[in-house]
Amino acid sequence: MTKQIHLAAQLPAIHNVTVWSDPRSTSQIAVDNFVHLARTAERGKFDFFFLAEGLRVREHKGHFYDLDVVGRPDNLTMLSTVAAVTRHLGVAATVNATFNEPYEVARRLATLDHLSGGRAAWNVVTSFDAFTGENFRRGGFLAEADRYTRAAEFLATARELWDSWADDDVQADPASGRFVPSEAGRFAHRGEHFDISGRFTTPRSPQGHPVIIQAGESPAGRDFAASDAEVVFSKYNRLDEARAFYQDVKGRLARYGRSPDDLRIMPTATVVVADTDAEAAAYADEITRAQVSPQTAIAHLEAVWGRDLSAYDPDGPLPDIDPESESLVLKGHSVFRTGRAETARRWRALAEERGLSIRELVIEVHGGQTFVGSPRTVADAVDHFVQSGGADGFVFAAHLTPGGLDDFVDRVVPLLQEKGALRRDYTGTTLRHHLGLPPLPRTQRTSGNTKEAS
Amino acid sequence: MNDTPLHLAVALDGAGWHPAAWRSQETPGALFTAAYWADLVTEAERGLLDFVTFEDSLGVQSAAPHRPDDRTDQVRGSLDAVLIAAFVAPLTTHIGLIPTVNVTHTEPFHVAVGIATLDHAAKGRAGWRPQIAPRAADATHFGRRSTPQLTDDDIRDSELIAKRLRPLFAEATEVVEVTRRLWDSWEDDAEIRDTATGRFIDRDKLHHIDFAGEYFSVRGPSITPRPPQGQPVIASVAHASTPYEFAARGCDVVFVTPFDRAGAKAILAQVDEAVEGAGRDLVERPLRRFAEVVVFLDDEPGAAARRKERLDTLNGAEYTSDAAIFTGTPGELADLLLDWRTTGLDGFRLRPGAVPQDLTAITRRLVPELRQRGAFRTEYGPGTLRDRLGLPAPRNRYARGD
Repeated sequence: MTKQIHLAAQLPAIHNVTVWSDPRSTSQIAVDNFVHLARTAERGKFDFFFLAEGLRVREHKGHFYDLDVVGRPDNLTMLSTVAAVTRHLGVAATVNATFNEPYEVARRLATLDHLSGGRAAWNVVTSFDAFTGENFRRGGFLAEADRYTRAAEFLATARELWDSWADDDVQADPASGRFVPSEAGRFAHRGEHFDISGRFTTPRSPQGHPVIIQAGESPAGRDFAASDAEVVFSKYNRLDEARAFYQDVKGRLARYGRSPDDLRIMPTATVVVADTDAEAAAYADEITRAQVSPQTAIAHLEAVWGRDLSAYDPDGPLPDIDPESESLVLKGHSVFRTGRAETARRWRALAEERGLSIRELVIEVHGGQTFVGSPRTVADAVDHFVQSGGADGFVFAAHLTPGGLDDFVDRVVPLLQEKGALRRDYTGTTLRHHLGLPPLPRTQRTSGNTKEAS
Repeated sequence: MNDTPLHLAVALDGAGWHPAAWRSQETPGALFTAAYWADLVTEAERGLLDFVTFEDSLGVQSAAPHRPDDRTDQVRGSLDAVLIAAFVAPLTTHIGLIPTVNVTHTEPFHVAVGIATLDHAAKGRAGWRPQIAPRAADATHFGRRSTPQLTDDDIRDSELIAKRLRPLFAEATEVVEVTRRLWDSWEDDAEIRDTATGRFIDRDKLHHIDFAGEYFSVRGPSITPRPPQGQPVIASVAHASTPYEFAARGCDVVFVTPFDRAGAKAILAQVDEAVEGAGRDLVERPLRRFAEVVVFLDDEPGAAARRKERLDTLNGAEYTSDAAIFTGTPGELADLLLDWRTTGLDGFRLRPGAVPQDLTAITRRLVPELRQRGAFRTEYGPGTLRDRLGLPAPRNRYARGD
């Protein structure tokens, strides 16, 4: 049987995916644009709409980084608005486990799941970034080694809070006068990172727990995903490396008593559709060049080199001076933080081998667009990628806000539906259902039992 | 008599403010669904009300203000107020949306960004009611700090409560200041999209706020561009001198709780004193003063009082409140509101005793009654929530050279 493709749409507010210089790219903050993109995704029978998170404006050489789109909403708040104007589409948010508390996050996610009628998902991340910590009263940051223990305990604690109300605790029976049992919401958690107790405010939501998403690529991250997540985001959108990642992560599930079908793996991808393959290729090239402007090329080079390179010509060769691996000139950007000496070596070798200028090199490593071609070519490629074991589906980040997915949905989705690889209509109401995940078993309250984190 | 129209708001809380109100609802327990809130807010908008507020707390409700209880016969459980407001935002067009957000256990940065986002989502109709955590027990939900435990004696006197909680109010004042700075940390024209130089923003129009207070510090800038109103409306409930000072320092609207006309006059004098003490210029930064009234409304004389009594019986005790409780007809309530407002009140935040009946009585009976007396609007004008409340466009503290 044809494997079903799971699709998601992301509004990419930061990094250089968004080509803001294109006049068709409008506001990154106007609510109507979020609504437009979400409705487009729902028209395409996507599983969910995803908003990432940013908690500090990036800085470059001591100034606010000004080359990319800057500014974004609080994602859970905006997704609640999106939920009101969609019926089936899942709504997923990244929420950081370092600069939040389980009680508040569990409550907001349970609320979103109630308001959306069972469509909420949470991408659990941690940050170890003192730069971001300066925006928070708790300040500071997390030792890198503690990242996954904190994330795992944060998630476990949130699950205890969601389980603190049984499915039928809201009795609201006027005849007996009983609204809830007195134990509803009671919890106690004592662990390494959290020592909390009391009563949770929010009754069990339609999905029980929101869908849990993970995006880690390290072995620890892969294990966290295999043990506790239902969707994995990945950066591997080339078929060979995607297959390896897919097999590795799916192979870890049995260790945690789960089957390969309990987890969906969805790489981030971009898509460029035009009437013919040749037109699409030319357009993809144009997009990539817009994403890597001469200024952006120099800025990315500076981020890796850790020093000011503004005197270099973006169309000239790479600098022959060595990187300063200790100095961080681009702060708040997740990509250029570690392994910069190695990256610089690799970039130099590549540039020398192919005779690339600075900008050509940055374009080359940027990787270009994932799926490019006529509607038929793109549909075949997307389907092949999934059917041959590279992924369960994709998170599409569009280069134009808000119309960047219009062509894909209007021209490619019908072809995928013809192939029987994509639903023609939603068959359920919850995100868990769209993803083909089993519903959580009904729950008896776990209240009062102090759980020791292992 | 003052001929500016009255400002009228409704405070939404669970099934209504009477603890037994849920028992008279058609579908008790529906208050955890989106449709429930959408219906209430669209009804309030049909009545052309200025705004609705959404109660909230980071602990389960209790009959006592200072400690949890184990009651099973009242509404227990709630949804996050900001997310409810964001959900109803695209389903409404004019009405202001003011959720309550705790400031004792939350991160100021998250609060500021959340309300700014609500203002974007509602296209300039957002507000925020900062609230401290009066219950020490809520602190164990976070495990990061402890807060003062009020005693049964304390809670008989609002001045005593305020005295005990003074450090939390001082901290809340810092949260409001940080929030306002974060809202200003992007200038309105920060986004330039200059294709020639490849710059999306003018980096000189974003600002670190560099707040370092007694309780915490925040570097900034906000991650969210300046909200449509510049400064969304901040409103607080106040019963005593410390909260009056809190309102006088940083709020745009204060909700006060007189029990009669003379009480209203006395309280407004205290608010005036607090405003003077804060050195606030009311022309540049007006402070709107609303009185709170819990309302049970029925057309037939005596019916509302009987309805409240029935709810009291179900609850096992007479319902009392920190605010005045009115039972009567829409005409009688209109009389009372117009009488009280002569003390200098700008409007009222009505707390419906039972929802939906007391809400629809406000929108469909009280509002026409006030309109007949020329005291309430007949249509929504254009503009933001700030515009509707007569609050001037706020100057951005970081903007230079205009």
